[in-house]
Amino acid sequence: MKFSFSEEQEEFRTALRRFLQAKSPTTEVRKQMQTEQGYDPAVWQQMCNELALASLHIPEEYGGAGFGIADLSIACEEMGRALLCSPYFGSVVLAATAIREAGSEDQRRQFLPAFAAGETIGALCVVEGRGGWAAEAISMVAQKDGNSYRLSGDKSHVVDGLMASVLVVVAKKPDGELGLFIVKAEADGVSRKAQASMDPTRKLAAVSFSNTPAELLNGDNASGAYERTLDIALACLAGEMVGGAERLREDALEYVSMRMQFGRSIASFQVTKHKAADMLLDVELAKSAAYYAAAAVDEGDADARGVVALAKAGASDAYIQTAVHAVQMHGGIGFTFDNDTHLWFKRAKASEVFLGDANQNRERMLQNWGDDS
Amino acid sequence: MTTMTEDEVRSQVRDYLEANWDPNRGLVEWRGMLAESGWGMPHWPKEWLGRGLPLGMTAIVDEEFNKFGAIGAAKMGIRVLAAATILEHGTDLQKQKYLKGIMTGEETWCQLFSEPGSGSDLAGAATRADFKDGKWIINGQKVWTTSAHHADYALLLARTDWDAVKHKGLSYFILDMHQPGVQVHQLKQMNGHASFNQVFITDAAIEANMQVGELGEGWKVATTTLMNERRGADSARRYESGTDRPERIYEEERQEIATVMAPYTWYPQRTGRVDLLIDQAKAMGVWNDPDIRQEIAKTLTIAKSAEWTARRARAASQAGKPQGPEGSIGKLAASIVARSANLTHTKIAGPNAMLTGEEDGAGGVVAEILVSTPAISIAGGTDEIQRNIISERILKMPKENRTDTDRPFRDVPRNQVG
Repeated sequence: MKFSFSEEQEEFRTALRRFLQAKSPTTEVRKQMQTEQGYDPAVWQQMCNELALASLHIPEEYGGAGFGIADLSIACEEMGRALLCSPYFGSVVLAATAIREAGSEDQRRQFLPAFAAGETIGALCVVEGRGGWAAEAISMVAQKDGNSYRLSGDKSHVVDGLMASVLVVVAKKPDGELGLFIVKAEADGVSRKAQASMDPTRKLAAVSFSNTPAELLNGDNASGAYERTLDIALACLAGEMVGGAERLREDALEYVSMRMQFGRSIASFQVTKHKAADMLLDVELAKSAAYYAAAAVDEGDADARGVVALAKAGASDAYIQTAVHAVQMHGGIGFTFDNDTHLWFKRAKASEVFLGDANQNRERMLQNWGDDS
Repeated sequence: MTTMTEDEVRSQVRDYLEANWDPNRGLVEWRGMLAESGWGMPHWPKEWLGRGLPLGMTAIVDEEFNKFGAIGAAKMGIRVLAAATILEHGTDLQKQKYLKGIMTGEETWCQLFSEPGSGSDLAGAATRADFKDGKWIINGQKVWTTSAHHADYALLLARTDWDAVKHKGLSYFILDMHQPGVQVHQLKQMNGHASFNQVFITDAAIEANMQVGELGEGWKVATTTLMNERRGADSARRYESGTDRPERIYEEERQEIATVMAPYTWYPQRTGRVDLLIDQAKAMGVWNDPDIRQEIAKTLTIAKSAEWTARRARAASQAGKPQGPEGSIGKLAASIVARSANLTHTKIAGPNAMLTGEEDGAGGVVAEILVSTPAISIAGGTDEIQRNIISERILKMPKENRTDTDRPFRDVPRNQVG
């Protein structure tokens, strides 16, 4: 299913788009983005209870729907399109995936059902300063404490970290190997504060740990589990980004089609038309890569890691380019606060570097490039 | 229109081939038999060398031919467009005279549409056709004419009425290329190859019965040709390679392919040869250079994304879904891929990008890429025209105001020829 969606997937997309049109118009986005919490719990409830969105890629044996990453990516694409303010990416895409990939059977049974029901909101704590999401940039070391561990140190850029009740922390084990640890947000020594996020529709937090009790997710090979978590998150982020880019493109086209200058529609100027054509090309190419990447993960392709990185690199470039064009096509009003374009522009800018920028993902792509790619 | 099922078609093709296919026959003799039986062009009408099968059935017939290793009718080049145009708009006399030679491959065709003064603006053709003493007398210059140097006949678009508006003053003719008034000169490209020709026409003559379609309806007839050109772009590729089997008919087919394909050895290079990037980087010892790696990954990203976009378009069309925007951007995407690949090959080559031929470190291929990719943004519709098409047909943006369609053509400002 790399080149088309099933009828069920199309129906799912249509239903979700309708829901988000009703629940996440830009008036609502503007309202939520100004709150510290950053989302409407009533909408979250509906998303989880009526549409079961938090359960999509969680296996059925852990209370989920057992769908694939392609389905999860469709959800993200529609949320990106609507710029939904919600802890979906931090909790479902990052934290639940990390537990799914890194947890033992018992730990999955313990944690995932509440994630699937939307009762637990989680967050994945990785970044330490400038180092970003690369595993080799992590220096926090867990200390052994009997059968358990204790964590000390600072993590930042934690998506949805402030509202999470369960934190998954990526740190090194005492032996130097990578480990993923579960920390209760109310545990001793955890302190959190909101970071002033350039994209106010996606809340970031700084989270500090001081001798905080932590439980190791002890499935096999934490390092592999973290990379798989990144693959899935990158595929979903690429989906979210192409959803946003397409919305920007459509809105800009609608605007130039209404606007008259010099006695004619500005959409009749070739300079405008050619820009619109280029925007369509950028977005369609990035969409194809995002769709292919999500399906490649589901199908377990040997080159899936490279392809996913390709999709994120492509989406990074396409989303910000589309946003720049969209502002330009709106003219002066395009860089005002009242006009909605900046809402997506900021999401595009923040997403450009989230989970690694285009350059980093291009390098990840080549390091995982198969001969048959 | 026949109501035969797929299985019936398959079994009839098989019966015919079992009884008649013999690789030791000559190519022309065999294709003459195909013309008689209707299996050469089964979608042509029964009365004109076909079997009246729906176009969709031709793939099935081809499959059966392939299973036998049997060679089909001649399909390379402009001949298929000539046949489609003549079948739709031609007279019985024209069909009688030309269809068989097209199918057997004995006669070769070219297309005299573009002019130095009308490329993207094809309907601005200014080659004249004047009616004198019962014949059309042609004067003008055509360009970008593939195969003109060995063509027997040409599809010609010429202006017969200078007082009519642009699109209404054109007529469509069949021109015999073997006459003194037709001079063909090769057009050498910046990469040194000569794949096209310029055709200078001075008082060439056309019999009155070689006009195709009504007088002044040339643009409409040309549209049929162009639509078939677009449709055929995919199927033509299959004929780029023959088989190496020893029998006589395969040898003759190999010669035919070699003649037709000779001007196009550089065509792969104009796409940018993304497939060579990684090997070239390794060969030049720069595979671990982080800047080079970024450039390679950028090019691969758009190339793979373009490939997957084309696959999406194909999947939609196979599922019978209406074509979305993904189906209309392939040509423009190919230009961008080629441009990106050119830049990346240049960086990989380093100082060797200053060299050409064998000196370029890749047997001349890289040097050829570097000077061939500019053509892809122009040939078959410039990037600018593609963007107009995308914005007007897909995005439904309004056309730019025109000043050439509301007055007699003679009053429209235009280039001096040459």
